[in-house]
Amino acid sequence: MQYMLLIYSAESDDQSQNQAQLMADYGAFTQSIIQTGAFKSADRLKPVSTATTVRVRDGKTLTTDGPFAETREQLGGYYLVEAKDLDEATAIAARIPTAKHGSIEVRPVWAMG
Amino acid sequence: MNGVWGVARHSSRHPEAPARAGVSKDARTVDEAFRRHGTEALATLIRLVGDFDLAEEGLQEAFAAAAVAWRDAPPANPRAWLITVGRRRALDQLRRRIAFRARQDQLEAEAEIEHQAAPEDVDEAAAAFGDDDLLRLVFTCCHPALSLEAQVALTLRTVCSLSTAQVARAFLVSEETMAQRLVRAKAKIRAAGIPYRTPPRELLDERIQGVLAVIYLVFTEAYAGDPRQSLAAEAIGLARRLAALLPGRGAVQGLLALMLLHEARRPARWNAAGDLVLLEDQDRALWDAGMIAEGLALVEPALKAQTPPSPYAVQAAIAALHGQARTAAETDWRQIVSLYAVLMRLSPSPVIELNHAAALAMVDGPAAGLRMVEALTARGSLAGYDALPATRADLLRRLGRAGDARTAYEEALRLARHDPERRFFRRRLAELEAR
Repeated sequence: MQYMLLIYSAESDDQSQNQAQLMADYGAFTQSIIQTGAFKSADRLKPVSTATTVRVRDGKTLTTDGPFAETREQLGGYYLVEAKDLDEATAIAARIPTAKHGSIEVRPVWAMG
Repeated sequence: MNGVWGVARHSSRHPEAPARAGVSKDARTVDEAFRRHGTEALATLIRLVGDFDLAEEGLQEAFAAAAVAWRDAPPANPRAWLITVGRRRALDQLRRRIAFRARQDQLEAEAEIEHQAAPEDVDEAAAAFGDDDLLRLVFTCCHPALSLEAQVALTLRTVCSLSTAQVARAFLVSEETMAQRLVRAKAKIRAAGIPYRTPPRELLDERIQGVLAVIYLVFTEAYAGDPRQSLAAEAIGLARRLAALLPGRGAVQGLLALMLLHEARRPARWNAAGDLVLLEDQDRALWDAGMIAEGLALVEPALKAQTPPSPYAVQAAIAALHGQARTAAETDWRQIVSLYAVLMRLSPSPVIELNHAAALAMVDGPAAGLRMVEALTARGSLAGYDALPATRADLLRRLGRAGDARTAYEEALRLARHDPERRFFRRRLAELEAR
């Protein structure tokens, strides 16, 4: 089964981390799941200040500055992984460096076809 | 189990079995099979079939088939029969769902069911059931990815074999609402890929704690909001099975002992008028000696099984000291106080601190206990919990501070959640007026 691991954190909490260490930790983590074959894809998103939200209502396109909701923790990136069940997916999620100060949402993905 | 409610519970066990006021021998045989084999057959079917709902439907059809097929004589191995037939019925059910599934999904699902080491004849099915299946079922129902509410509801329904209506009453919601919650919980298990298994060694301890938390919740929460009715029997039954299947675990033995020792006192807890009887006033001859003996026998093994001991084991040891005292006056309060001190180190909580204070008062006098209670109150802990002002009131009363005691009882009365407690606080207030 495929799972999306959505990485949420407060940007202020991110800033207060040792950036070099964080990068190294992410590098090591990503390598490890590439090796086990769990890795499907991953991306780091640009900061929330670069976000724009689009809604179409009654045929009108409404564009607003900012994320879809103002919450303390915001989406910062994701991993798409292959795991045999939820326990395996959560074990992988727990190893994401941001899990220590943020939250990782684990969501199964509909199988295509 | 006493009471109208208890009787009702026994006659409507497993998957919404048709109500049987049945007198015929056949009806009783099938009912007997429901009660004795229903949960285990379900547990194995879920493993074989890979889906809660499909397994339940298969089992329900197997019961219906049994009502006819067992008319002449029940089979040598009823459980194996139910599993074999249930599995075939589940497969039929799956094929009937062709219109609602993508072809791919359906082929995959069929292959899955066939692929399991699935027995064709009844004898192999007998071997197919293992105690492991019951553990799988319990751990899955109590998986941390489900909300605590969903864990309790699913456990009561599928492991304890309560009907949906009974589980609904336990939560004080409508049957419709509870049916929805159960559907959502099972849907999450399926959609999120919660594995149907006993957790691997590295996860086992923490998952066992999760199961015990569910059992404890079932034990402590009043059924349908009435403190005199409870699901204690279900909780104890489940803990007994867990202790048999996962031997030598202090936390499991400790919780079982704690519940037995506590439940043993139930017959003395309320008088004929439905009023609360305090521990010190209870007629100990009414306590269930068998349960006390069973509980006592578990306490030492539970304490010794691990270091540090499980908090449940320590709580059981405290309950054991009450259970062993032939009269209230013979209670070993000193030992109880030192056990509370241990408990506070292992698993501190305001409720434990409150109980510690009450025990301390029995050794060092009410003033000592009152100091601890006032420290708790000052911290704002347990705001809204009636036992806090009630304990304070009791200590003040014993110190002769009637005015302060009355104020505290009035606060307890405001916070009380059940009628027996309210009546008790009113009685105390009346006694204090009379002075």
